[in-house]
Amino acid sequence: MGWNFQADRPIYSQLMDQIKRRIIIGEYPPGEKMPSVRELAMEASVNPNTMQRAFAQLEQEGLLHTQRTSGRFVTEDRDRIMSIKEDLAKGLVADFLRSMKELGYSDSQTITMLESASLGLLKDEPKTMEKEGA
Amino acid sequence: MNPVFECRHLTKAFPGKEALHDVSFSLEEGRIVGLLGPNGSGKSTLMKLANGLLSPTQGGIFIDGMAPGVETKKIVSYLPDKNYLNDWMSVRQLVNFFGDFYEDFQKEAAVEMIQRLGIPMHAKLKTLSKGTKEKVQLILVMSRKARLYLLDEPIGGVDPAARDYILHTIISNYSEDATVVISTHLISDVESILDQVLFISEGKILLDSPVDELREKNNMSVDAWFREVFKC
Repeated sequence: MGWNFQADRPIYSQLMDQIKRRIIIGEYPPGEKMPSVRELAMEASVNPNTMQRAFAQLEQEGLLHTQRTSGRFVTEDRDRIMSIKEDLAKGLVADFLRSMKELGYSDSQTITMLESASLGLLKDEPKTMEKEGA
Repeated sequence: MNPVFECRHLTKAFPGKEALHDVSFSLEEGRIVGLLGPNGSGKSTLMKLANGLLSPTQGGIFIDGMAPGVETKKIVSYLPDKNYLNDWMSVRQLVNFFGDFYEDFQKEAAVEMIQRLGIPMHAKLKTLSKGTKEKVQLILVMSRKARLYLLDEPIGGVDPAARDYILHTIISNYSEDATVVISTHLISDVESILDQVLFISEGKILLDSPVDELREKNNMSVDAWFREVFKC
C-alpha cells in the first residue's frame, strides 16, 4: 500500500490515519516492532519530524508504545485495534450515506441498492472475504 | 544557543534595484525549510549573502551567530543554482577535491552513493546527463557533515525519478543538529518534506510558518496557497 496525501489536510494527521489503517489490516501486527521514524519518513517521502509527530500522537492514543532501548511497538491490545477498526468503518459508512444523500437517495433506497449490489457480488465471488485496503 | 541561520533587518540593494528589503527570520536546528518564492524574488541573493558571495547593504546575516566568512564556510554546505564545478574533472577527482577542501566531507559515504547509482567514478562531469550531474553535485554537498545546508533550486529541471532520488537523499542525510534550506518555486514537489516555509516576494518575507499549521489553517496545500497569493 502506497502513501498518498490530500492537499487540504495537515500531513501528520494523514500519516496517522494511514498508519492506523496499516495496523488495522495487520500490515503492522499487534506487538510487532515498528519501522524507525527515518525509515518510514523515507518510504513516505515526508519530513522525519512530521513522521515523529504522527508517531507521538499515535502513542498518546495508545496504538503505539516505546520501549526505552528497543524501539517502538504496535500495541498488543487487540480490542483497542478492533474498536479503531469499527470507528473507521462507521466513518466510511457515514461518508457513503452522506454522498448518496447528496445524489438524492434516501437511506432506505441506498440500503436496497446495497443489498442488490452485494447479492450481485456474491454471485460472482462466492464467500470471498472482503478485501481490505485495496 | 545561537540559531543556525538568522537574518536581522537584512537589506541588499543593487544599483537601481533592492533585491532584499528588511528581511528578518531565524531558523532552529533540525529543520528542513523551504525558501519559496517566484522567480526573481530574492531567493538566490539570500543564498549568496549567506555564503559571503555578496555583502549586506544593511542589517546582518548570521550563521551560528557568525557573519559569513572563513569560519562559517566550515559549517555551511552550499549547492549553488548553477553548475559551479569544473566539468572537465572526473567524478573521482571531484570527490577527492571535496575531501581536500572540507574537513567534514565523508568520502566513503559519497563514493557509496555514487556507486549505488551506477555512475562510473572515471566519468568526466561534462559527459553526464543533466539529471546525473545534479545528483552528483547534491551527493557531494550532502556528504558533508555540515550544520547548515543551503540548496538553491536542487530539483530544477530534473525528471520526476531524479527528483525523488534527490528528495530521498536530503531526508536520509538529514540530522537533528543540522538545518536544510531548500529554495525552489516547485512547491508541490518538496512540500511533504518541509517542516517550515518562508515565502519571499519582491525581496520581502511574506510568511514564516510551519507547514502543517499553514495547511490546517487554510485547508489547502502550501502549493495551492502559493498559487492563490501569487496569482498572475
